[in-house]
Amino acid sequence: MNSSSVHADKLGADGSGPAQQKSAPKDERVRQEGSLKRFLGRPEFASLAGAILVFIVFGFAAGDSGMFNLDGVVNWMQVAAYLGLISIGACVLMIAGEFDLSIGSMIGFAGMMVAIPTVYFHWPFWLAVMFAFAGSMALGWLNGYLVVKTRLPSFIVTLAFMFILRGLTLALSIMFANRTIVSGVGDLAANDWLGSWLFTGNLGSGLFRWMASHGWIAAMSNGQPLVAGIPKVIVWWLVLALGASFVLARTRFGNWIFAVGGDANAAKNVGVPVKRVKTSLFVFTAFCACLFAVLQVADVGSAAADRGLQKEFEAIIAAVIGGALLTGGYGSVIGACFGALIFGVVQIGITYTNLNSDWFRVFLGVMLLVAVLFNNYVRRRVTEAR
Amino acid sequence: MSDTILALENVSKYFGSVIALQNVTLRLKKGEVHCLLGDNGAGKSTLIKTLAGVHKPSEGEYLVDGKPVSFNSPKEALDVGVATVYQDLALVPLLSVARNFFMGREPTKKVFGITVMDINYAAETARAKLAEMGIMVRDPHHAIGTMSGGEKQCLAIARAIHFGARVLILDEPTAALGVKQSFNVLKLIHKARERGISVIFITHNVHHAYPIGDSFTLLNRGKSMGTFTKDNVTKDEVLDMMAGGAEMQTLMNQLEGIQV
Repeated sequence: MNSSSVHADKLGADGSGPAQQKSAPKDERVRQEGSLKRFLGRPEFASLAGAILVFIVFGFAAGDSGMFNLDGVVNWMQVAAYLGLISIGACVLMIAGEFDLSIGSMIGFAGMMVAIPTVYFHWPFWLAVMFAFAGSMALGWLNGYLVVKTRLPSFIVTLAFMFILRGLTLALSIMFANRTIVSGVGDLAANDWLGSWLFTGNLGSGLFRWMASHGWIAAMSNGQPLVAGIPKVIVWWLVLALGASFVLARTRFGNWIFAVGGDANAAKNVGVPVKRVKTSLFVFTAFCACLFAVLQVADVGSAAADRGLQKEFEAIIAAVIGGALLTGGYGSVIGACFGALIFGVVQIGITYTNLNSDWFRVFLGVMLLVAVLFNNYVRRRVTEAR
Repeated sequence: MSDTILALENVSKYFGSVIALQNVTLRLKKGEVHCLLGDNGAGKSTLIKTLAGVHKPSEGEYLVDGKPVSFNSPKEALDVGVATVYQDLALVPLLSVARNFFMGREPTKKVFGITVMDINYAAETARAKLAEMGIMVRDPHHAIGTMSGGEKQCLAIARAIHFGARVLILDEPTAALGVKQSFNVLKLIHKARERGISVIFITHNVHHAYPIGDSFTLLNRGKSMGTFTKDNVTKDEVLDMMAGGAEMQTLMNQLEGIQV
């Protein structure tokens, strides 16, 4: 019974002694973890490995089909970039512990917000774009506000918005335009200062022409390059990925995002504005969806009420393949981008092979399952007390 | 009274018809470890929350530095240096040690005009502050989920001290810990006292409280059974008062050979 008071005396006498004894073995335990193991524990690892695997598979299966020629690369990069845009939004939101199932419907709705005012109300393209961004972000805010305020799972709230927005897109486009496909936006977008500056055409077309004239890249018979430049969507994708990664890794706000997703209550107790963080990320996700829509409308020249169908799932799958945990608090934007890249390569690559493209979905499902299992393993490694 | 940093004077707290606390007086001297002992349901949690600024007393006064205070939120209590470390510790397991240490209060610097988080400073400070407390962290970028319960507890305490706590309120810091880890936490409380920080240590484990405590306040069914200094009370007396001596004695007779 006296033993604890003896301990107390020892406390006073040499308080630091036992600590060093204790810390010495712990150091060794930390050091055992080699750099390879640590790399395996990174959230990006699964998607990077998956991307390499996919490249190898298609390198063998479609290597001589032109898939890896410049025009082929731009082709699948473009698919990956579109998905990448929204998977960045979905990924950041998932890290904060929330879902947005209304991304796909938001794409359709935002597209109509651009196309209908431009074509039917004769608004300048730039004004319609601003309107679409303002409208989408307001809807994103509403999503976030409802989730934060009601404390309902975001799954339910955004599922409701998935239907509301899809329904609204159809109903409103019938009401204003009496059709569900609004075309004729392409020229208006290309001739608009904002449209031509940010959304239509390619980057580096001069460079590509110059390279074509020297015969370094494939050219058409009239001397113009086969690939006119880097499509703006790819540029947007890279910029957004770098920006979001930077915010996550290097800013206070990024720390808050991880904290909020990891344990919202703990974050609140140390003074992180949990509600503001979550709401702003819903707004960001809506921004990404709207960017997708504007780029698509500017590129294709039309908006349709069924655009973006099921894109929310693809975005979430890309984020999960990229290492984001469904429970929040862990993930990587770069990983999500590799996830999107896998999508692009497989979706387009499969058309270069003799495989029936129906296999694409099978592959997707399997990929998702493998990724989730792997992420679960990583999470256990990271969080389990040892 | 000038050496009293924080005091509750005849505080009562009612929740509707429930009397959670009645006429409780608790005076915390500067630089002492004051143990608050009580069995389950004694009103410990209500008392902590009152001290932390979550609840306001229904009756009585709450004084900090001799001046009456009325906190509207835990943040206000924190601003005058009264920091509470709850059992859930407010740590995020997937975040690194450094990021947890500075969560919500991240250090920033400007790089090319952009405000970024100063991660190196955070890592170095977290490592240094934890080392001061006798916890060696090899890599402050490691996720906190890999730390043991005791280390997490120590980190939460070290964090509170770093951010200017003058009064540390520790809610059952040793409750879920093994023998050695509990010992490390007790050692940390001792270090905090050496730095002049006053500690309120809530526990129902007399064996943890007695060695480290300077004075003891016992709570039973919402009432204070008095405050005792270490000089005028023995561990057995504390234990008896806490558990209700006679009742405990019969129990111990039933379970022969058991000693607490």
